[in-house]
Amino acid sequence: MKRFVALFCALMLTLSLLASCGTRNDDKDKDSDGKIVLKVAVLESAYGKKMWEDVAAAYEADHTDVKIELTAEKNLEDVIGSKMKSGDYPDVVHLATGREAGLTETMIRENSLADISDILDEKVFGEDVSVKDKLIEGFTDTAATHPYDDDSMYMAPMFYGPCGLFYNAGLFAEKKWTVPTTWDEMWELGQKAEAEGIALFTYPTAGYFDSLMFALLCETGGVEFYNDCMRYKEGVWEDKNAREALDIVARLASYTEPTTVANANNDNYLKNQQLILDNKALFMPSGTWVVGEMADAPRSEGFEWGFMALPAIDSDSDRYSYTYFEQIWVPENAKHQDEAKDFIAYLYTDKAVKIFAEAGAIQPIQGVSEILEGENKLFYSIYDTGAKPVLGGFAATDPVEGVSMTDTLFGTVNSIVSGDKTVDEWQNAIKKASDSLRKALKK
Amino acid sequence: MRKHKGRRAFLAVCTIPALILFSVFMLYPTLNIFIISMYKWGGYSQHREFVGLDNFVKLFSDAKFWQSFQNTVLLIVIVTIITMAMALLTAAILTREKLRFKGFFRVVFYIPNILSAVVIAAIFSAVYDPSRGLLNTLLSFFTGGKAGQVLWLGDQKVVIYSIAIAMIWQAVGYYMVMYTASMSSVPESMYEAASLEGAGRVRQFFSITIPLIWTNAYFFYH
Repeated sequence: MKRFVALFCALMLTLSLLASCGTRNDDKDKDSDGKIVLKVAVLESAYGKKMWEDVAAAYEADHTDVKIELTAEKNLEDVIGSKMKSGDYPDVVHLATGREAGLTETMIRENSLADISDILDEKVFGEDVSVKDKLIEGFTDTAATHPYDDDSMYMAPMFYGPCGLFYNAGLFAEKKWTVPTTWDEMWELGQKAEAEGIALFTYPTAGYFDSLMFALLCETGGVEFYNDCMRYKEGVWEDKNAREALDIVARLASYTEPTTVANANNDNYLKNQQLILDNKALFMPSGTWVVGEMADAPRSEGFEWGFMALPAIDSDSDRYSYTYFEQIWVPENAKHQDEAKDFIAYLYTDKAVKIFAEAGAIQPIQGVSEILEGENKLFYSIYDTGAKPVLGGFAATDPVEGVSMTDTLFGTVNSIVSGDKTVDEWQNAIKKASDSLRKALKK
Repeated sequence: MRKHKGRRAFLAVCTIPALILFSVFMLYPTLNIFIISMYKWGGYSQHREFVGLDNFVKLFSDAKFWQSFQNTVLLIVIVTIITMAMALLTAAILTREKLRFKGFFRVVFYIPNILSAVVIAAIFSAVYDPSRGLLNTLLSFFTGGKAGQVLWLGDQKVVIYSIAIAMIWQAVGYYMVMYTASMSSVPESMYEAASLEGAGRVRQFFSITIPLIWTNAYFFYH
């Protein structure tokens, strides 16, 4: 065990060295040319980082007094997290909620975001329209932009996309199966597919159940009920509507491809997504990024992406699809907050929107559907063909140690699939988590 | 008296650098971590609130903490015992037995030790892959079908042992080399005498090898 101690010491040494490097750059306000250095930190997601480099270059070309210092990393939390701990904050951060490290959630809980409401009234650079009028209605009045349930916006909406069930449309055509529109048809199809050795369902990781669960709660109990769940209202999880949603997930679990759980982690989730491409499973919940993510993966003959909202409870009830969007925000401790807001407003210019859209990243801008191409056209038309959108997420709370709604509500799905937990245990755990979070709701 | 003073100064000069390093890199961080543990703080912002030992009270009343604690203890116990046993055995075989390719085996056993944790994780997730993995393919060769498919990383009762195996695989080589070194210092004459008295190899291992290297074996784990 001695070497562990040695390793530990070595690690400490490196860490403290890194920490001291971090603080040294602290006062680099302006570079040698006297330009303001705007630190922009963005998550490098499936869209790649080139689009950010291009937008940063465009911004610099239009604003000669600002130099952008771009940090685009896949593990953004690790890169900026340690700097933030030592007091070195980026000016703009593009990092959505719902990530495992929960950096954005932590910032929300500790009231450490800057109020950026005035971006909405700012004129978009070089255009005669305000940001508010350029954004699609409904995107700037959800818990995901206004976490404290008041009039102040702390996070601006960036790339959005509908979430739902992805499948191989080619396989359905080949087998002459119809795509199910109700859950009853779904279970029937499950039997049919099982007879051919194909599983009905798989999922990348349990975290992907967020979009599915949110839409499902709307289907079983309506939008009002969904909002009650998000506000941790007393007794919502004992409601029959909640139980119905959990039972549907449990039933999906029984149709889940058997190797799914073993690969449902951040290192191996691509193997689960591959099951759809290999015709080993029919449906998986995901967002539109999956197409780019699997672009280079081998696929079965005649493969073609299909995408649908969740099936309805019965033939005359509504179908829902959760609209996911990423957020961009300014830390309260950022040095150049005005420039940061200006930069965010710039991201909604036609020029920037075009650069992002070319990489597949779509912003909620009026008329954006006109510039869509190929598969994206199908995905983003989901709301035109009958499905209703669901937005938002859980309301912000003060931190409650040891309680995580995402772990309890979504993470437990793995145990439901493997049979280690029953729906009753699951429901009780959710109720308990909801009760303790209700007391911590932000006032 | 004068001589005494010089001696003290010499001792001080010798120990102070180590003392400074120890304080900066061990004492200060340890103390600092303890102080941070008394705040309610997410880590990223400047808002932190002093809560005393409240965090510890919450930690000790959290069922998840005890579960992870149990898992950690289980891993430490299993991994230590099996690693030690396997390292002793392989070391004894490689030093005492007349084997071909001895050097080759020594290298092969040691290689996992120089791999980084990321590489080991990648290797084992390929080995444990449920449908294409080495382990399940090998098993299906014996059972003759898909029936015995084990989810090494998906079954909640199995996964901790799967992780333990990876840790053991990684650690055996290092301790084996340590034991080999101490075993070669056991005088050959003892084994000769023992075999004249009629002691078999197993008897020699338990009555000569183990007792004579025991202090070392014990030492390495501290």
